[in-house]
Amino acid sequence: MDALDWALLVARVVAVFAALLVAVMLTIWFERKVIADFQTRTGPLRAGPRGILITLADGIKLFFKEGILPAMVDRPVYLIAPVIAMLPAFLAFAVVPFGTSVTLFGREVPFQVADLNVGILWILAMTSMGVYAVVLAGWASGSNYPLLGAVRSSAQMISYEVGMGLAIVAVLTYSGELSMTGVIEAQSRVWNVIPQFPAFVVFLIGGLAETNRPPFDLAEAESELVAGFHTEYSGIRFAMFFLGEYLNTVTVAAVATTLFLGGWRGPWFDGFAPWLGPLLWFVVKVVAVLYVFVLIRATLPRMRYDRLMNFGWKVLIPFGLVWVLLTGAVVVLPQEIGRRGVLLAGAAVLGLVLLASFVAPLVQRRREVAS
Amino acid sequence: MSADQLVFWIFAPIAVAGAIGMLLSRNAVHAALFLVVNLFCIAVMYLLLEAPFLFAVQIIVYAGAIMVLFLFVIMLLGVDRGDDLREPLIGQRPLAVILAAAFVVEIAVAVRAGIGFATMAPEGFDAVNRDGNARALARVLFREYFLPFEVTSLLLIVAAVAAMVLAHRRARAVTQAELERLGLLEPPREEAPSP
Repeated sequence: MDALDWALLVARVVAVFAALLVAVMLTIWFERKVIADFQTRTGPLRAGPRGILITLADGIKLFFKEGILPAMVDRPVYLIAPVIAMLPAFLAFAVVPFGTSVTLFGREVPFQVADLNVGILWILAMTSMGVYAVVLAGWASGSNYPLLGAVRSSAQMISYEVGMGLAIVAVLTYSGELSMTGVIEAQSRVWNVIPQFPAFVVFLIGGLAETNRPPFDLAEAESELVAGFHTEYSGIRFAMFFLGEYLNTVTVAAVATTLFLGGWRGPWFDGFAPWLGPLLWFVVKVVAVLYVFVLIRATLPRMRYDRLMNFGWKVLIPFGLVWVLLTGAVVVLPQEIGRRGVLLAGAAVLGLVLLASFVAPLVQRRREVAS
Repeated sequence: MSADQLVFWIFAPIAVAGAIGMLLSRNAVHAALFLVVNLFCIAVMYLLLEAPFLFAVQIIVYAGAIMVLFLFVIMLLGVDRGDDLREPLIGQRPLAVILAAAFVVEIAVAVRAGIGFATMAPEGFDAVNRDGNARALARVLFREYFLPFEVTSLLLIVAAVAAMVLAHRRARAVTQAELERLGLLEPPREEAPSP
């Protein structure tokens, strides 16, 4: 690597950083506008055309507000928690490919900060670091509502991380790749969302719960916990939590796009700016996933806490496990026993299930009669 | 200085500082956080040693899952309670000193034996890793060491189930008559007349 390579790398990092900030700004505006539409309101109107600069105005306001330091806080941890909220969200995006590549100064510049060969695991690692922000913020505030909110939402995040991880395991078993570019490569014929649709649903649910978005926003259930783990935060430090949350949302949407929706793949004109098409397709897909998130927020009420945990552990995780097992069977069996063997085995399993469905009611009826 | 060395010299002091901070901080949450910093830096070392899979797993499992559970327990139990300084085991302190000294000697011997190793390329490393670190690890774990691997996971599951059973066992109400029959109850004492 020479100086030019380093310069291009730094430029890429800065570009992704800036693009993410702008993306968060637009996502918040987009969400407010869509929800306003759902509720037949107008939403933000004044700052910029159609209120598009509303987030910028909010950000400036929060930046110049007084940052209050409550008396009971644990100072260093209290100050570091908002930073931890943002950092993993930025870092997770580093492995997401948002386009193919472009040739600059005679070098091939990929549209991705780093093509780590364990890219998917890197995403999981960063989401698991995100839990710290919530736990530490709640604990360091030295106050009861934040502590309750933190305990609640970290339990939620840890539980749903397992479900999300299982969905990811299914995808990487299916495509046989750990790097994000490899996963996109494997989707050249058909997007993963079709053969892996159940995993896609599990991933979206897990992603919503991971990012504490409605209907899983129990961390900040206003009616019970004031504002949850960030009750004691104000000004710029609150803004950092807000930013981190939306960054996570954008990242989850981008990862869903990459793993299930073919990433930057899409039809494009031959010969005309070959780097532009993939970039546009990526943005369109991410916005589509974000729209689904907003739709869910506008439609569903918040879940009750015990139902949330029950759903996570008793429905989502068992379902994910079964799906991983099925995916593994579909991938490995044709190699081991051949296509004919798979058909025979499938027929045998189907026969057994049918037999069981005839026998089970008989047994049940006898038991009912006996009792 | 190569990029690898640069990264090493940035992260190694942080790792050492994190370890020292963990030992010296009196607040249990701060100690746990210093340990997270240390684990994270160790993960970066794995990356430098061309073991990216281990790097990711170290962050997910140790820095992510286990330390969050640690923090959880510390938070729920409360860190404000004073430490119990009594020794439940007799002679624990001198024994600890002896074992710690032995550990330091062992580390020193290991480091002495390892000097010069870092400059040698490990034999057959590239051949084993030719289609990726994760694949190579999977081959070893699920082919050659399949049985030990599964036995270990069984052990963990048994431990988890046991913990749940112990935590969920609801104590049956024991009658006074039963306790007396078992001789667990002291005979009722004469109460001193209140002044």
